[in-house]
Amino acid sequence: MGVDNFDLGALADPTKSHDSIKIDGEDPVFLKSQFRQMLTIRLVEEHLAAMRKEGVIGGPVHLGAGQEAVAVGVSTSLRNTDRIFGAHRSHSHVLAMGGSIHGLFAEVLGRETGLSRGMGGSMHLWDQPRGFYGSVPIVAGTVALATGAGLAAKMSGTDDIGVVYFGDGAIEEGVVHESLNLARMLQVPVLFVIENNLFSSHMHISLRQPHDATSRFAAAHDIRFDTVDGNNVVAVKNAAQRLINHSRSGEGPGFLEAVTYRLYGHVDWREDIDVGVRRSTEDLANWRKRDPIKRLFQGMEEAGIFSLDEQNLCEAEIRKDIDEAWAQALRDPYPSPDTLLDRVYTKQVMG
Amino acid sequence: MNKSNLVQAVNEALHFELEKNPDMILLGEDIGRDGGVFRATDGLIDIFGENRVVDTPLSESGIVGVAIGMAAYGLIPVVEIQFMGFLYGAMEQLLSHAARLRNRTRGRYTCPIVVRAPYGGGIHAPELHSESTEALFVHTPGLKVVVPSTPAEAKGLLLSSIRDPDPVLFLEPAKIYRAIKEEVPEGEYLIPLGQARILTEGKDVTLITWGAMLHPVLKAADRLAAEGVEAEIIDLRTLSPFDSETLLQSVSKTGRAVIIHEAPRSCGLGAEISALLCEEALYSLEAPVLRVTGFDIPFPLPKTEKYYLPDVDQIVETIEAAVGY
Repeated sequence: MGVDNFDLGALADPTKSHDSIKIDGEDPVFLKSQFRQMLTIRLVEEHLAAMRKEGVIGGPVHLGAGQEAVAVGVSTSLRNTDRIFGAHRSHSHVLAMGGSIHGLFAEVLGRETGLSRGMGGSMHLWDQPRGFYGSVPIVAGTVALATGAGLAAKMSGTDDIGVVYFGDGAIEEGVVHESLNLARMLQVPVLFVIENNLFSSHMHISLRQPHDATSRFAAAHDIRFDTVDGNNVVAVKNAAQRLINHSRSGEGPGFLEAVTYRLYGHVDWREDIDVGVRRSTEDLANWRKRDPIKRLFQGMEEAGIFSLDEQNLCEAEIRKDIDEAWAQALRDPYPSPDTLLDRVYTKQVMG
Repeated sequence: MNKSNLVQAVNEALHFELEKNPDMILLGEDIGRDGGVFRATDGLIDIFGENRVVDTPLSESGIVGVAIGMAAYGLIPVVEIQFMGFLYGAMEQLLSHAARLRNRTRGRYTCPIVVRAPYGGGIHAPELHSESTEALFVHTPGLKVVVPSTPAEAKGLLLSSIRDPDPVLFLEPAKIYRAIKEEVPEGEYLIPLGQARILTEGKDVTLITWGAMLHPVLKAADRLAAEGVEAEIIDLRTLSPFDSETLLQSVSKTGRAVIIHEAPRSCGLGAEISALLCEEALYSLEAPVLRVTGFDIPFPLPKTEKYYLPDVDQIVETIEAAVGY
């Protein structure tokens, strides 16, 4: 979908796009797996929000509930040999590649069994066997790294690609534009996925940029792009697949702008009403009507391929997994203090 | 054996390793078709092609970040930044990512990149073209910092830096790019990182320096030798992590130390070395550890740089003060 004059229009209007997801021609089994993945991510994050509120989790968690369709839709076209990067709000990115709920929980709790062996926390996730190179807490920091990882794939003669998720806030950082230009000039197989949730930590995009469609930066760098309703998993999947196919066949970078909204505030369980400039109760209520999980459920139910009973069963199974993973993570050990010193250099050369 | 200057030695090292290691890639501004601002990569694109000698846009942060991503996936990128002062645009990538990749992934990834940059004053260049801010990077755990002082040293240290699994900032003293010619071993030639070099042994005072400053230090030591002062001259060459053992052994013998660097004085690497000697060699010291350094100012413009850079007279005076204490 293109956008006019680089303004998102209806895509950014929360009173629009409340309709069921159109699933014509999609495989029901596949759709159910997409639904299950999205619901898993949602319930995991709701669990983290609750535990953070209770004080069980010691450090901050950046939750992306509401944005599940982006990572789930994109990941359908990815494989474990791709090189996927995230940032501070990346739970969905790693879980959509099949990352372990227990590994995520243990990391958030600082346990040795966590995805970063307990040394990172929520913003610091690594799951290389699933292609998830990692997330880091610095906004836009990994955009150039993903470009390099994609370039390495090209130079090594594979058709793997680099992928980086970042937001409409990150796109204001200089290194993003350096990376876009480099990626285009060197024809790097990399997909830039912009989760445009209209907010940086607290400021609405209209207070930060003259237009709200960040795809204008792709156009400026002559990079193939698409803009989609990021709360429609089918639309995300189809657009990502097209762009990724181009990259895999040697046609350089792609840029996917997925318009979405986060249901929690910038950090932890709060909703940030009034903290976020132009984040109102009314907007939040409207965005909840565009919930990607609810809309997929409606689409499948209307088509007669899924029912409320099936959804309840699915939810019960996920909750059981979550409870087990959480209980295990709470029993796991903390990292030993000796590991603080021995991983800075490959061979420790002490002065 | 060929006689080469420092910039030729760098070119020879890059050429040798590009031939030997198909995973090695050069990246930088003007390094390919043009051959580099100081000609360090001259001719390499003709031999190895534009896929291995990659001309990039003007994007220091982008270049270093791309190199980190390549390194994480098995390539060996060697980046040229045109001047050390241009590296500041890439600080975020160097400090937040290159230096931390290994620690952040708990050892699952390493970051075998080399970032080469001409550094230091004495070349009559404008602001940001004469920087000597190596202490910023020495203060960054996870980075290694290497500075050669002669052509042969440049070749041996650069090859070791390229083969090191950790990120190395390789600072080439621009003032002596072409000032000295010496025999540079052909082919494989490695100087281990983390080991200082003792140029002359002596019993009266230890002189600790690196890079272009080695040369006025040698002259100062010559002058004092005529007066009977036997100086032990140490070229630190790996600034991080540095060879404290060699420094402590030397000072335990001489009882006196003078550190000479062109970087600003406050929190320069000289301050750290001085602290080390005071902590670990106090009972050997017969005089305060003294420093000859630049001033705490941005590097001055061409016509006044001679007032900024430590010179032979200053070095001689300071050594005399240490010896005569």
